[in-house]
Amino acid sequence: MASETLAIAPTGLSTRSLAERLHEWAVTVDHKRLGILYIGYALVFLVIGGVEATIMRVQLAVPNNHFVSPQVFNRMFTMHGTTMIFFVAMPILFGFSNYTVPLMIGARDMAFPRLNAWGFWMSALGGIILYFSFIGGFGLYGAGSAPDVGWFAYAPLTSPAFSVGHSTDYWIVGLLVSGFGSIATALNVMTTILCMRCPGMKLGRMPLFVWMNTVMAGLVLVAIGPLTAAQLMLLIDRYLGGHFFDTQAGGSAVIWMHFFWIFGHPEVYILVLPAFAIVSEVIPVFSRKPIFGYSIMVAATVSIGFISLGVWAHHMFTVGMTSYANAFFVASTAAIAVPTGIKIFNWVGTMWGGKIIYKTPMLFCVAFLCQFLIAGLTGIMLATAPFDWQLGNSYFVVAHFHYVILGGIVMAVFAGSYYWYPKVLGKMMNETLGKWHFWLFVIGFHLTFDFMHVPGLLGMPRRVYTYEASRGWEIWNLIVSIGVIFQIIGILLWVADVIWSYYKGEIAGNDPWDAWTLEWHTTSPPPEYNYAEIPVIRSRRPLWDLKHPEDPDWKYE
Amino acid sequence: MAAATITVPQSDMPLSANLRGKVGMWCLIIAESAIFSIFVVAYLYYAGKSLSGPTPAQVLDVPYFTSICLFSSSLTILLAEKALHHGNVKRFGVFWFLTIALGVIFLIGTGREWYRLIYQDGLTISTNLFGTTFYSLVGLHAFHVTVGLIGLTVIWLFTLFGAVKQEHSERINVFAMYWHFVDAIWVVVLSVVYFITR
Repeated sequence: MASETLAIAPTGLSTRSLAERLHEWAVTVDHKRLGILYIGYALVFLVIGGVEATIMRVQLAVPNNHFVSPQVFNRMFTMHGTTMIFFVAMPILFGFSNYTVPLMIGARDMAFPRLNAWGFWMSALGGIILYFSFIGGFGLYGAGSAPDVGWFAYAPLTSPAFSVGHSTDYWIVGLLVSGFGSIATALNVMTTILCMRCPGMKLGRMPLFVWMNTVMAGLVLVAIGPLTAAQLMLLIDRYLGGHFFDTQAGGSAVIWMHFFWIFGHPEVYILVLPAFAIVSEVIPVFSRKPIFGYSIMVAATVSIGFISLGVWAHHMFTVGMTSYANAFFVASTAAIAVPTGIKIFNWVGTMWGGKIIYKTPMLFCVAFLCQFLIAGLTGIMLATAPFDWQLGNSYFVVAHFHYVILGGIVMAVFAGSYYWYPKVLGKMMNETLGKWHFWLFVIGFHLTFDFMHVPGLLGMPRRVYTYEASRGWEIWNLIVSIGVIFQIIGILLWVADVIWSYYKGEIAGNDPWDAWTLEWHTTSPPPEYNYAEIPVIRSRRPLWDLKHPEDPDWKYE
Repeated sequence: MAAATITVPQSDMPLSANLRGKVGMWCLIIAESAIFSIFVVAYLYYAGKSLSGPTPAQVLDVPYFTSICLFSSSLTILLAEKALHHGNVKRFGVFWFLTIALGVIFLIGTGREWYRLIYQDGLTISTNLFGTTFYSLVGLHAFHVTVGLIGLTVIWLFTLFGAVKQEHSERINVFAMYWHFVDAIWVVVLSVVYFITR
């Protein structure tokens, strides 16, 4: 094969000066480098967002604490939420899809490489604008202050009367700008998948990773627009004296909620579908079986995409909607459990009877399955309007969505990082460190977020900067905060593993996992042009066909 | 790859990479439509909810002439596309210029309407909910017309300098899709603002 005789791409091994190499990264239009940039950028913000979370947990560890002031606490939860959603989860998953999708579909690059670079730098600019508020929140007066309106920034808190200074504007503009970047990237991913597939790769032969990223891109295209529109309206209200969300002039604060959550709920699926995508690649390879129910998985993914556009107001049960609206959103939210349940059964069905190999990526996938299931169950509880009236805006909700994001999405991201690291950098990650990372992080996760449900059930509202002793919340909050320590150590081990393996890891070779999708066909790391010869495929597992010419998949599909 | 020797049946071939411009533009149109739809929903939701005047019925006149101009520009750009497809660059330039002219007339019409609304009728973006939603929605559309006009003008200048040739026909088609979209949005805005809620 032509591709194996080619020299390995010169990443990290070059003799050029540092300035030259940095310049290359800054002007790159290569989807692989942009993917790495996305992930690296997200990791920086992961540390920042993690520090903010830690500050909150220190403050809440014991009652009547004075570690930070209420004002700082408000800024911390606002910045933590905004950062983790827009500048960690989205870019890291965009990074995965940027890096992997063109390789998986046998393309040399994305459909629009320069637009790809533009999308990344817009997202990066958005994060910088948001964090500039720390120093520029009050403009030329010199005093900074981060936004403190919460990550969903409900009206009328964002009106000029209640949000003095410019910190809220940095929040608005930062998200607006990064939203443009997201739309550009989604457009690019969608076009790449539709137009750049190699010969033989029909839609029905695409890896599930690619399918789920297609639906993710579609959701970004329809869901980011409403956020952009709502942010523009808020800017008009704040700077031009508009009345969109100004109740004094007949405007409506509730319509901001609608607009925000029309974006906000599909956003959950924008984040979780790429996580599903990673899991759908890792589980078959480490169970030594093709994915169970490929076409049902595709159908479930597409229906999740559609249903997720019609469930947003389950975030608003406590606002007081009509009984018809409540009934509709309860029903549509419950309906989304059906395709999601199908997926969980299919992943379990893939593992069933397989020769399961418990390497680190698979461990994280198993944790994902268990934790995402529990997250879904508390989701169904909260989707029931009367239950939500009791527990809306309590720590039960906080525990629920962290179960989705940390227990589901982040676990999948960890799995993906161990799975594709050998492809990206050509070295294996260390298994021992990986297992330590896994166990410490999972223990920390469960200490924090299992026990966080309890103060919620006992009535502790979210976003309080402190609480009285003798409410029965003390011990639970202490356990929750202790879990953070384990998570921090886990994350540090992960970082250590990433750095150590880069220098000392075993050489991975093209296909260390004996996997079946096209990205394992090229060298590790792949050359700049991915494939010297564009591959031609005949089934969903082209590398299986190649390795088993006597019993290829295409005979049965 | 070993399978490279096999021939792939036509039905197994994915969409051609040549179509990526069109697919990309469709994606952009979907994303833009999502933005517009929220502004349209806000306009409809707040229709008749202003606490003070002026109301749409008092101050708005249907902009028949400029709307016809904008809609006609979709036709002229189509004729320009056809001319370039057949290699007639001169005819392309003429129709392309007509498209620009019609777009400019539309913008001038909007400007005159806004001048009258602000200085005679006293309606600004902060006057009442009608002002807020009206200027936002119509302004968002006018902004898109402006962006389209900038693109059209750049391409027209390229044509004057002889840089646009028959082989660029497909790219011109992609850009024209954006202009058609801007016209199509005006159908919605016109109906909502000047007919349904007036």
